[in-house]
Amino acid sequence: MKFDENIPIYIQIMNYIKERIITEELKKGEKLPSVRELAEQMKVNPNTVQRAYQELERENVAHSQRGLGRYITEDEEKIKMLKSEMASEFINTFIKGMSKLGYTTEEIIDILSKKLEGKC
Amino acid sequence: MESILKASNLTKSYFRKKGLNNLDLEIPLGRIVGLLGPNGSGKTTFIKIAAGILRHTSGEIKIDGQDSGVYTKSVVAYLPDVNFLYKWMKIKHAVKFYKDMFKDFDENKCKELLVFMDLDENDKVTTLSKGMMEKLNLSLTLARKAKLYILDEPLGGVDPTAREKILNAIIDNCREDSSMIVTTHLVNDIERLFDDVAFISEGKIVLQGNAEELRIEKGKSIDELYREVFK
Repeated sequence: MKFDENIPIYIQIMNYIKERIITEELKKGEKLPSVRELAEQMKVNPNTVQRAYQELERENVAHSQRGLGRYITEDEEKIKMLKSEMASEFINTFIKGMSKLGYTTEEIIDILSKKLEGKC
Repeated sequence: MESILKASNLTKSYFRKKGLNNLDLEIPLGRIVGLLGPNGSGKTTFIKIAAGILRHTSGEIKIDGQDSGVYTKSVVAYLPDVNFLYKWMKIKHAVKFYKDMFKDFDENKCKELLVFMDLDENDKVTTLSKGMMEKLNLSLTLARKAKLYILDEPLGGVDPTAREKILNAIIDNCREDSSMIVTTHLVNDIERLFDDVAFISEGKIVLQGNAEELRIEKGKSIDELYREVFK
């Protein structure tokens, strides 16, 4: 995985895992790789992965079972929420970018619906 | 937190020139610390003092609570940035040499590391390329069960695939009961490995902190920060 080193790496690891949960590459209730496995796979410090996992637990995206490892939440509502959170992030970035280019709300809606209909 | 190394007011003078100038640095146990600085900033001087190869002029350095001496040498595994093996040696002789030299050397682990690094123990050390030599030295160093590993420029002269292997070997070998100091000026390739970083310039630590906190605080990568500090 490519990192943007300007953003804290643990946040990027969290987003990577969330993305994979949303796309169901990681199924609900599935076991997460161990800290060391993921650290090696991503070539990052194990403490960074540890921190990402702790934050995911704090957000109730994952939970750990003593001696067994960490598992992804089974809560479908939670997963839906993750999806809408991530979607709104994409949209925000898009809107910000368009506004910066000088597009008004109407123009954005217009250009977007044309694009979605395949007209441009 | 328990610290494995603590330097206070550490100074090293080379006649009128100061290699280290009142350097303060503390390294907690279980961390990978990047010691970053341009050529001639004092990185290697500091490391050699920590490894017990050079004596400091004034100030203090404690490793695992002790002054440098026989004990500290026994708990510090140092990877120098220059070759130190005899020309007649084959890799297997180098392994035996380490086994004789260091009580905490784990021969089996070293052999595993050599396999991982694609090195053949029947090769002569003089026939190795710079990158292979680097991989051999790193295997020897990491096969010790030390409390403090000091890796001086572990990525110098190494191609991208070997670089990946070296990074993996480092990740694999960091343990909670030991710390690592890694010096480099190739910050970009290795910054993801660091818990903490310390920037050294003219024999002093000019900036230090947790790598992630620094990214949050400055909104920059450690590599960019490096360029800013040393421009």
